[in-house]
Amino acid sequence: MKVLVTVKEVAAVSDDFAIEGTAVAPADLEYGLNEWDDYAIEAAAQLAESGIAEEVVAVTIGPERAEETIRTALAKGADRAVRVWDDAFETGFADVNAKATVLEAVVADEEPDLILGGVQAADTGFGATGVALAERVGFEHAAVVNDLEIDSGAGVAHVHRELEGGIEELTDVDLPAVLTVQTGLNEPRYASLRGIRQAQQKEIAARELADLGLAAADVESDLTIASMSEPECESDAELIEGDAAAAASRLAEVLRETGVVA
Amino acid sequence: MTEDALVVAEHRRGELRDVSYEAITAGRELADARGGDCHVAVIAGDVDAFAEDLNREGVDAIHVVPNGEEFDHTVYQAAVRQLAERIDAGSVVIPNSVNGLDYAPALAEDLGVPIATDAIGVAYDDGLSVTREMYGSKVETTVDVTGDRFVVTVRGGEWPPAEGVGDAAVETAEVDLPEPGARVTGFEEVGGGDVDIADADVLVSVGRGIGEEENLELVEALADALGATLSASRPIVDNGWLPKNRQVGQSGKVVTPDVYIAVGISGAVQHVAGMKGADTIVAINTDPNAPIFDIADYGIVGDLFDVVPALTAEFE
Repeated sequence: MKVLVTVKEVAAVSDDFAIEGTAVAPADLEYGLNEWDDYAIEAAAQLAESGIAEEVVAVTIGPERAEETIRTALAKGADRAVRVWDDAFETGFADVNAKATVLEAVVADEEPDLILGGVQAADTGFGATGVALAERVGFEHAAVVNDLEIDSGAGVAHVHRELEGGIEELTDVDLPAVLTVQTGLNEPRYASLRGIRQAQQKEIAARELADLGLAAADVESDLTIASMSEPECESDAELIEGDAAAAASRLAEVLRETGVVA
Repeated sequence: MTEDALVVAEHRRGELRDVSYEAITAGRELADARGGDCHVAVIAGDVDAFAEDLNREGVDAIHVVPNGEEFDHTVYQAAVRQLAERIDAGSVVIPNSVNGLDYAPALAEDLGVPIATDAIGVAYDDGLSVTREMYGSKVETTVDVTGDRFVVTVRGGEWPPAEGVGDAAVETAEVDLPEPGARVTGFEEVGGGDVDIADADVLVSVGRGIGEEENLELVEALADALGATLSASRPIVDNGWLPKNRQVGQSGKVVTPDVYIAVGISGAVQHVAGMKGADTIVAINTDPNAPIFDIADYGIVGDLFDVVPALTAEFE
């Protein structure tokens, strides 16, 4: 089978950051592979190693800078990659609908049997693209998967979904399907030196909207960020100052005052 | 009417989840802002008993869909779509839970409307504005949504639960259900074992800041010295450094000890949901902006590798 892995280069804010208008100052953002997607890549790599997946294709929506992130996916086992970007994305925020539109076009080209992606992106945290994509392309789906076994003969994915409160739901999902994966699903590998070298030779196909038969109007976002701020600190914590020994001594006093620690 | 809100309740194993009542409050807010009614849908399980519990002040109508026992995304998506269309509800409000995220995005596609997830606040004035966080709770945003129809998922613990007793009419809704392509075969409880962290009076809880597995010795020593139980945030369990039964948070255990000492834990919302009920919360973290300090009673901004051994020494 063919596996498509959706990966996103996500931004994290540095400890001190400034907000300029409705965005964080570019200099205060640090980019990297979305943690959840790392588990999706690992799941795909394991399917390839066990002979279930014949080909693993990584897809991302991101500017040229994101190639570094997608190389990580290639170094960890994806065979090739597709990177979609367009001037249309430069100006604003892409909502779930816009992303699903782009990925739908990629799915139409690639015709995968299984699509894996992270539950959510660490930066925007919508947690919705995978399930929306499934509806678009007519695939089955399961969200928040933390255990996965593919029975390709039967065309079924046996998954566990991680519900709240330490309960897992066991579900059989017909293929083709989109599965959004939770951290802890597996142990993502580190890219080996050999993998990193090989990744340099692998193809990253750059696509613009027109290459996918889409126009800017197709990816117009219904959501716009109207304002951005740092949440007001609601802390009324007593901050204990001093060096480690002094702070520990004061904290010990506090803990003894609770009466539950001797 | 487009002005109406449709709130979908969530339940599991025979019990409504708290977020259902909170979602009603959010739905009521939207209905009030738009001059419409607040409808509640409850799907599968003992719908009549659920409907009675959900009949709170501010609820105008309850629609019960008695198909199945537990959550099934095929049933939920089809039922909510048909109800939303029948009522012509402009605001569809769904809990931002693991199950909510398993159908709300598909439902929004199906209805052809935008979706905004994980809302912590909603307002409607000519259009929907949603307050939500970004960058792991470090930034708060207001997001404007185009159009008068949308799906919004609401974070648990952000709205007060709807209270009182309402006089909503309860009616059974008939819906057409497609053949399901995913079948729930059972449930598994994880995180059993020798220790129940929910029973502990004092918890020393360790997070990503510990860095390496061998550094766990430091927090184990502190727990020993305090006579406390060791617990952890998600990354420690994901790494396999501690078993699942030690995990505090939304997907682990909810704990309410007398004292909770968070060591190297930033305080992601999923973690906080599991420990905010502790009597006294102590946080030790290098990042002064870490959200854990927002709910802590006492904080030390410092390096856990210095503070923890010093604290251990105080009790030895």
